[in-house]
Amino acid sequence: MRDFGVYIHVPFCSVRCGYCDFNTYAPGEVEGATREGYVEAALGEMAQAHVAMAGDSRPASTVFFGGGTPTMLDPTALIALLDGVRGTWGIAPGAEISTEANPDSVSAASLSALASAGFTRVSFGMQSAVPHVLKTLERTHNPDNVAKAVGWAKQAGLAVSLDLIYGTPGESLEDWQSSLDAAVILEPDHVSAYALVIEPGTKMGAQLRRGEVEPVDLDTQADMYEAAESRLAAAGYRWYEVSNWARVPEQACRHNLAYWRSQDWWGIGPGAHSYLGPRVGATAERWWNVKHPRAYAARIGAGQSPEQEREPLSANDLALESVMLQIRLAEGIPREAVAADKTGQIAALIGDGLLDGRAALAGRLVLTMRGRLLADAAVRALT
Amino acid sequence: MSLDPRIQPASTDPSLIRNFCIIAHIDHGKSTLADRMLGITGVVSERASRAQYLDRMDIERERGITIKSQAVRMPWEVEGGAHALNMIDTPGHVDFSYEVSRSLAACEGAVLLVDAAQGIEAQTLANLYLAMENDLVIIPVLNKIDLPSADPDRYAAELAQLIGCDEEDVLRVSGKTGEGVPELLDRVVRDIPPPVGDASAPTRAMIFDSVYDTYRGVVTYIRVIDGALKPKEKIAMMSTLATHELLEIGVISPEPVPTKGLGVGEVGYLITGVKDVRLSKVGDTVTLANNRAAESLGGYRDPRPMVYSGLFPLDGSDFPILRDALDKLQLNDASLVYEPESSVALGFGFRCGYLGLLHLEIVRDRLEREFNIDLISTAPNVVYQVTMDDGKIHEVTNPSEFPGGKIAEVREPVVKASILVPSEFIGTVMELCQERRGTMGTMNYLSETRVEMHYTLPLAEVVFDFFDQLKSRTKGYGSLDYEPDGDQAADLVKVDILLQGETVDAFSAVVHKDAAYAYGLSMVGKLRKLIDRQQFEIPIQAAVGARVIARETIKAIRKDVLAKCYGGDISRKRKLLEKQKAGKKRMKNIGSVEVPPEAFIAALSTSDDGSDKGKKK
Repeated sequence: MRDFGVYIHVPFCSVRCGYCDFNTYAPGEVEGATREGYVEAALGEMAQAHVAMAGDSRPASTVFFGGGTPTMLDPTALIALLDGVRGTWGIAPGAEISTEANPDSVSAASLSALASAGFTRVSFGMQSAVPHVLKTLERTHNPDNVAKAVGWAKQAGLAVSLDLIYGTPGESLEDWQSSLDAAVILEPDHVSAYALVIEPGTKMGAQLRRGEVEPVDLDTQADMYEAAESRLAAAGYRWYEVSNWARVPEQACRHNLAYWRSQDWWGIGPGAHSYLGPRVGATAERWWNVKHPRAYAARIGAGQSPEQEREPLSANDLALESVMLQIRLAEGIPREAVAADKTGQIAALIGDGLLDGRAALAGRLVLTMRGRLLADAAVRALT
Repeated sequence: MSLDPRIQPASTDPSLIRNFCIIAHIDHGKSTLADRMLGITGVVSERASRAQYLDRMDIERERGITIKSQAVRMPWEVEGGAHALNMIDTPGHVDFSYEVSRSLAACEGAVLLVDAAQGIEAQTLANLYLAMENDLVIIPVLNKIDLPSADPDRYAAELAQLIGCDEEDVLRVSGKTGEGVPELLDRVVRDIPPPVGDASAPTRAMIFDSVYDTYRGVVTYIRVIDGALKPKEKIAMMSTLATHELLEIGVISPEPVPTKGLGVGEVGYLITGVKDVRLSKVGDTVTLANNRAAESLGGYRDPRPMVYSGLFPLDGSDFPILRDALDKLQLNDASLVYEPESSVALGFGFRCGYLGLLHLEIVRDRLEREFNIDLISTAPNVVYQVTMDDGKIHEVTNPSEFPGGKIAEVREPVVKASILVPSEFIGTVMELCQERRGTMGTMNYLSETRVEMHYTLPLAEVVFDFFDQLKSRTKGYGSLDYEPDGDQAADLVKVDILLQGETVDAFSAVVHKDAAYAYGLSMVGKLRKLIDRQQFEIPIQAAVGARVIARETIKAIRKDVLAKCYGGDISRKRKLLEKQKAGKKRMKNIGSVEVPPEAFIAALSTSDDGSDKGKKK
């Protein structure tokens, strides 16, 4: 039986960062949205989910508050939402309950309130420790606040993750190494390091088009990734997914693992995606909500589903997705997850150094260091 | 439509017939004017008329050009007298100059149609010469006088000077509004002489076009010179003496209408049931099997390919489909020649011969569109005569077969080119022609501001994006016409392109020795940009014989992974992956290198990125 998780999307930020293409709204933006009515609407969607999933008795094994900046909401609001989850599906014993947070929008008191209410984990958007990089990213937090926030979180008994971004225009390999050092020194339980992807629709995308910023080339990005692996490994972190490292396996983000392992989840909130795998009498499907908080709240208020679109997934789609997602994990995929006629491709990937030959002989397809950087090429070859 | 008994097909007095064509440059409005004539004469109800009725094929409509000519019969009264006007449509492009010459031979007069905002173009001038050589009566007409940018006074003077008439004789019309078109039809009747022939002599009819129709087989367009043709008669083709039964004969008005026959001076079509246009050749003479004419009408010539290129299916398993498609196309295009070719890089395909570059593009388009085959076409080349030291002669139609060893002489085809430009571009054109190994001939001023320049150029240089360069360097004003003019000895070498040390035969080119280095440099540069980085390093070299003249390296790719993959973008990522996989599918694997099809046409142009694939004319 698949695990069930709940994702709660909080689409608010104090400012929108130049690279961000997530569904979030900052005060003063043209399509400005207010936080009023958000919690009520989100609880309303949970009530709808309760009806829709009647007969499914699985409690939530993971709950993840993402955004946006969930900590833009008062702890009481976040706790009310968590209580909503508890009342709707129930929460499994030992569940992982995470929230993303901006180091500037937390305090010792707020973090301790969250921990007392059952939150187990907080993930801070640190991004970089280098002022000019933060400025390019338009991150407003004070780098010194990260250390404070991490300290408060640990005091409150929360597991701590730091999110880093590499490949920001203007960032050198040395800049990146100093950010890695700054992260490691805070001794988080978990580190994510994502290459910056400049999406066309963002402010930074426009700057790129106008030639105002110079993208970091792929080779330097590869150097940065390798630097991350070696710095984090030296500090005792082990990769468990292409962009994620944890000190011990138990500190891996279980909610994200559920995505990569094609488990079920319900996404609450504007623009949130949900997925339910194949069930008796129903094919697998994914759906997502209307994006704007006002439209979302209006739908819920009118007793309508906030769903914008639904995508049924064929067996082929699922097979492709499971390879695409799970190969990113250090555990890899069983040989049977790819088609029987791919033996030649597997051999070639081993020969090219993308797949681990020993693991393959033992029946699992696992990316090598080189393969992690060329994972998409491996997926194309295997599907 | 009721028809005046005096102009019934097969019983029309030749004195009431007028046969004419329209000579015009692409986009000077010939099709619009023709449509307007069909409307005004009542052949097509104006409301029902499909835009540009005479251009049948989709490709023709899209490109705004006419590939295959047709003939439409239209009634027109002048001072109470009924006349039968046969409008013979002609192709407007240099590639089809032979077809043009046959269409002209079927007429007594020509409407010289010139855009009143642009003036005459080189191809029009070339066809005008042809028409005047054939003693056709020319009716000069300026079209598009409704345009704000029209300058009819200026161009009337130019046309008057060219054909030696008064400026007042130049008609001014608008095919779009219909203004001046009835007057033009009157002029056709008054100025163009009726056809003359001997009704009692053995039948002779000239084939000026031949098209394949899926339902009817080959439809042959003819002009009767002497005698007459009637249904059920047995006819003979004078070039082959092959005989066929006339299943149907008729006129086009604007759809085929069977008639009791065709008499002296009449223009129409015939159907014999043959399925292959090569059995009904343009320029051939039709006579009666049991009363053969003694002499053919003359002027027939077998089509001769000027340009060759390789055509390969992107997916090797499509080879049989490509073969069938070419067989079918040839039913409709007697000038297309091809033979199987095998390339180390591209697998099995065909080496095809074309009349010229436009012909090449049309054939490729039709294969892709009508037969749904993804194709790779190699850079076009001309035919070289290579004489070895031992006296052995090779005819080279494929650069990869250019012989190594001791070569005594290489001969290449040359053309006589005529280039029309505003006089301010004389220097620009001279520079371009010099770069392309041209020899300057005479230069005539058509008016104070327009010049006709004559050059002798190697055909290979013309084939290699000359027209694009002429257009871009003369801000679009330059126009070009050329015709074969024998061959010349030249210092030519073969440049090979190597990927990972292996020669890619499809990239080999024959170029002048002095241009080899620049060509090699440009090709490896273009390929470096066009070929994506792969998991290993790819050296690209250009070489003449064993000597490497240029080199680039594509570095191995080190990162090809999306950083983040969370719940909200799994669908998006899956679709991206599917798109990438589809993109890989269209790549051609050469050795272990994935090469995009664009790379194979990179050699077609001198532009740096190779993105200009010459979809212009």
